[in-house]
Amino acid sequence: MQGAFAEHVQALEAAGARTRLVKAREDLEGLNGIVLPGGESTTMTMLMERVGLLEPLREAIRGGLATLATCAGMIVLARDITDGMREQKGLGLLDIAVKRNGYGRQIDSFEAPLNIDGMNGKTFPGVFIRAPLVERTGDVDVIARLDGRPVAVRQGRILALAFHPELSGDQRLHREFVRLASHPE
Amino acid sequence: MAERNGARNGDGSVKGSFKVKAGLAQMLKGGVIMDVVTAEHARIAQEAGACAVMALERVPADIRKEGGVARMSDPDLIRSIMAAVTIPVMAKCRIGHFVEAQILEALGIDYIDESEVLTPADEENHIDKHPFKVPFVCGCRDLGEATRRIAEGAAMIRTKGEAGTGNVVEAVRHARAVNAGIRKLQGMNHAELVHEAKQIGAPVEVLVECHKLGRLPVVNFAAGGIATPADAALMMQLGVDGVFVGSGIFKSEDPLKRAKAIVAATTYFDKPEVLAEVSAGLGKAMHGLEIPAIPKDELLAARGW
Repeated sequence: MQGAFAEHVQALEAAGARTRLVKAREDLEGLNGIVLPGGESTTMTMLMERVGLLEPLREAIRGGLATLATCAGMIVLARDITDGMREQKGLGLLDIAVKRNGYGRQIDSFEAPLNIDGMNGKTFPGVFIRAPLVERTGDVDVIARLDGRPVAVRQGRILALAFHPELSGDQRLHREFVRLASHPE
Repeated sequence: MAERNGARNGDGSVKGSFKVKAGLAQMLKGGVIMDVVTAEHARIAQEAGACAVMALERVPADIRKEGGVARMSDPDLIRSIMAAVTIPVMAKCRIGHFVEAQILEALGIDYIDESEVLTPADEENHIDKHPFKVPFVCGCRDLGEATRRIAEGAAMIRTKGEAGTGNVVEAVRHARAVNAGIRKLQGMNHAELVHEAKQIGAPVEVLVECHKLGRLPVVNFAAGGIATPADAALMMQLGVDGVFVGSGIFKSEDPLKRAKAIVAATTYFDKPEVLAEVSAGLGKAMHGLEIPAIPKDELLAARGW
């Protein structure tokens, strides 16, 4: 809809996947996985609601469609959004509470090395841009933290990240997601 | 190019690197950035789906009408707009006025537009943008100008167009000029690239990067004269990454409706049936100006070097 979708397309295709941009409900048909990219969560949800994509997308993800959500995508998926626009509606599928721009404005955007579970101790370059802060987690697996706060979580077939692997030049998370998407539950 | 950016901390993290500066622009792609002059405008823009707003005292159409020296906006106004919305807020400083830029950085603005819409403060030099932690967007008319701004540290580029006219013709000219400039590089070898750099006044390293990528190495938006959903879609089909709309929204009859329509047109730029639907019943667009009717010394795009 809006955001850094081209960068995800590049990373996924480098990881061996075929991709398609999803802008309407019929684009959802036949997908193995979907990426909710970074961008502005208010813009994305407003557009999805206007074109009737929000509800079919919620059904698809609830039905087990593998999902990679980064930054704004994590906000769109979250159950609770604090500091959002009045009545910001999201998908409400991921059992976390996030605070939009919880790490501050652009001037506080940063890069930091992350230790992610299952990555054999080799750090991952975390790129955080006006990133959401995960304030509470429910029934999810936290797979990476920064200063004690969760920055990467797994819930079933959802992988949600507060940072931007598509800008990092490191394809390990995209390869992991392609593996997840190509193996049914 | 990027090593003068960012402050490294003890824990291996780094703030304000070129990657996070250019990265925010990547998050704005496919979106619409709207000029707003009040907190209320900013809320309307956000509600309409803007991916960012530009905080200003006067939209370009009024700057053009009223004349006089146009400067950075009052920090109080900028703060009130920052407080009103959760999307990124941009603000303009004069070309070469690095102190206005320092002030905007101190306010915590998300992006600085070093803009020809304001009266230039330096007739030779633009701001050295690398030392700032806040990213900059700059205007261009062709590839040479775009690459010079990138060499100075711009993390995002936009066409200049002719702001405040509601006439898209100059934005089209500038977007096509950048595209043609990049296409011309494709068949060149290194020696030819060096020669081309000399011809168009481009820094060689940035031009080599454009050759390698087949596009500008940073995000490129359209700006200057976009007034309708069709204008926005036209610029998207010409290959830009998103659009700025200045006077076009709040100088029109029904700003919220027009703003929503331009947002939809920017996402569905390649779907004429959607464009037909969102273009209908928008009320009057801004009146607009023919470019030849503007005295030569009042053309804003000629500012910047």
